[in-house]
Amino acid sequence: MTLNVPSTDAGVADVMAILVLLTEFAMLRAPLLRSQVRLYAFQSLVVTGLAIFVATSRHIDELYVLALLTFVLKVVIVPGLVMRLLPDADVDLAESSILGVASMVLVAIAVAAFAFFAVGSLHVHSVALPTSALAIAAAVVLVAFVLIILRADVVSQAIGFFSLENGVSVASLVVAAGLPLVVEVAFLFDLLVAVVVFGVIMRVHHGRANSLSTEDLDRLKG
Amino acid sequence: MPALLVVIIVLPLAVAVITFFSPVRLAKVITVISGVVTFGLALTLIPEVVTHAQLREGSLLRIDSLSMVFLVATSFLYATTAIFAAGYLHLGQGKAGTRYGRRFYAGLNLFCWSMAAAPLVNGLALLWVAIEITTVVSALLVAIDDTDGATEASWKYVLIASLGLGIALFATIIMYYAGTTVFGSAYNLSYGKLLSGASHFSPDVVRLAFVLAVLGYGTKMGLFPVHTWLPDAHSEAPTPISALLSGSLLAISFYAILRYFQIAVRTIGPTFPRNTLLIFGIASLLLAALYLLSQRDLKRLLAYSSVEHMGILAIGMSFGAPVAVVGVLLHVLAHAAAKGTAFFGAGSVVRKFGTKDLGRIRGGIGALPWSGPMLVAAVLALSAMPPFGIFRSEFLIVSGGLSDSRDTVAAALVVLVTVAFFGLSWSTTQIMLSPDVSALPAGSAGSHPLSKGEVSPWIVVSMVIGLVALAILGVHLPSQLSQLLDHAARELGVPKR
Repeated sequence: MTLNVPSTDAGVADVMAILVLLTEFAMLRAPLLRSQVRLYAFQSLVVTGLAIFVATSRHIDELYVLALLTFVLKVVIVPGLVMRLLPDADVDLAESSILGVASMVLVAIAVAAFAFFAVGSLHVHSVALPTSALAIAAAVVLVAFVLIILRADVVSQAIGFFSLENGVSVASLVVAAGLPLVVEVAFLFDLLVAVVVFGVIMRVHHGRANSLSTEDLDRLKG
Repeated sequence: MPALLVVIIVLPLAVAVITFFSPVRLAKVITVISGVVTFGLALTLIPEVVTHAQLREGSLLRIDSLSMVFLVATSFLYATTAIFAAGYLHLGQGKAGTRYGRRFYAGLNLFCWSMAAAPLVNGLALLWVAIEITTVVSALLVAIDDTDGATEASWKYVLIASLGLGIALFATIIMYYAGTTVFGSAYNLSYGKLLSGASHFSPDVVRLAFVLAVLGYGTKMGLFPVHTWLPDAHSEAPTPISALLSGSLLAISFYAILRYFQIAVRTIGPTFPRNTLLIFGIASLLLAALYLLSQRDLKRLLAYSSVEHMGILAIGMSFGAPVAVVGVLLHVLAHAAAKGTAFFGAGSVVRKFGTKDLGRIRGGIGALPWSGPMLVAAVLALSAMPPFGIFRSEFLIVSGGLSDSRDTVAAALVVLVTVAFFGLSWSTTQIMLSPDVSALPAGSAGSHPLSKGEVSPWIVVSMVIGLVALAILGVHLPSQLSQLLDHAARELGVPKR
């Protein structure tokens, strides 16, 4: 077996995907809800960059439109909406999670490693498309799950979902760049609607419980 | 005739917009009309689909026998729920009541529109979009009552279902990736294209996509272990919404899984997809049967019954004999009718007694002379009693399992369904048939004798329609419908190579 040296294109895509994954880890340890939202905006910016890069390197002009929409929606509108929904600074500190930060990061590392090996063991070969970025995207999705499960406030959970969607976006950019634009736009539109719904329910919850913690969301059982 | 597809897609959407601005009284009427017309149009499409195998309108809309089954189930519930809601909803006076009514009706129509759109769109990507719309609309409808319980339920629902759909989106991307080996890097995910090329896809990639799809859409379908949002959302939503969630939304998510199943059997053969569904199905059925035995809340009882029936659907698909697949598709229709009717009856009980607590409801048959007995009938129908449709469908599924020499699974299915029957009918007969109202402790809802009488004639009408439909499905399946089910089962079968 010969050693495969990744091409420059694949290398750049991988680096950007890894940047997305690292941002996901940073969210895991960000103590302030506001900093979490900022990290999400940064992550979306990297995804935008990846979209532009894929558009240039593979000459898919449609992706420029997608990059623009991603930027407007995920870097500007969604973080802006969530920031506006956050109440005043007194509850800005994220709720302490079940595990400490260090253990949380360790769990996330284990989960990410699992994603690498799981996708790697598929032995997917493709001439045009890098598969290592696909493994990284899967890791982003799983680490987002860790964030949602271990953080006990509604904002972290919502941000976790949005960043999971970023992970799927990375996957779609590296392995499904030719997906018709109408579909990609529909995905983004759906995300926007989901943000609004998350926001409405977050507001309602805060209005009723006067906190963003999920602790008192445990009445319904059995 | 394909133009009818456009009408079905446009009508509920237009009605949703109108009802948001019109007075509530008018909204009630046009929602009923829209529901009945949509159901009628769906029925007129059946013979067309049976003769032409598929109808297409542009590149975005397409219907074949498989999606037709789900369109019929959805539009049937749209019509009956609209009738039920007209009797169930009692709005407070003044501005708050009007606002609630407008939101409710606009949401109801939008929800039904998105569920009708899911089987009509052509392609896995658009299917995902339609199902994501059902999530966001129904999450708002679950929250509409603005109680602590409703807020908690809708948060769990929107978070868990969105995560599930995130996984389903991943499945969509992976399936697209599988297709790039055949179609090049730019193509659309329409069914015809995917099915034609499926036998040349990479098996490992399709396997991954299928498992992700079962997990992702299974979240919305209510399969164990990702069913956790389901009982909360079903019990806290307004009852018309519970009926739609249970009878139609879960089925639509199952439809999405079937689309992946259809592609997967062409690439990797039937064994792997069937075994995957079998594991999820048995686990769901087991969990639901046990929870049904110890349930204290009427609407949660019916919600767990939904988990049970979704488990039966998954197990039925795992048998693979054509007769079992016909049974599965008939089960989708019969479950929609039976669960709708049961929720309508539960709504009537909840309105009458002012509680969902099974321990505080007694003498239901005495208090509700029409909807009481019909609720008992609907629960018996859910437990697969003849002469109702679920008896026939479960009979087909089990006989398909036996003919496929999957005796152990078929036996397990029968045992678990019997356990579920016990739990379901025990609770229901207790609240409906035990006559003693005055023996309840003071302060509970039943402590003052309730007057005899129905909450609303509309509720009775909706339940009669549901039971008649169930009896038709059970006693004499119309020939067009049975042809439709046969064709759909053939579409799901393993093609001869």
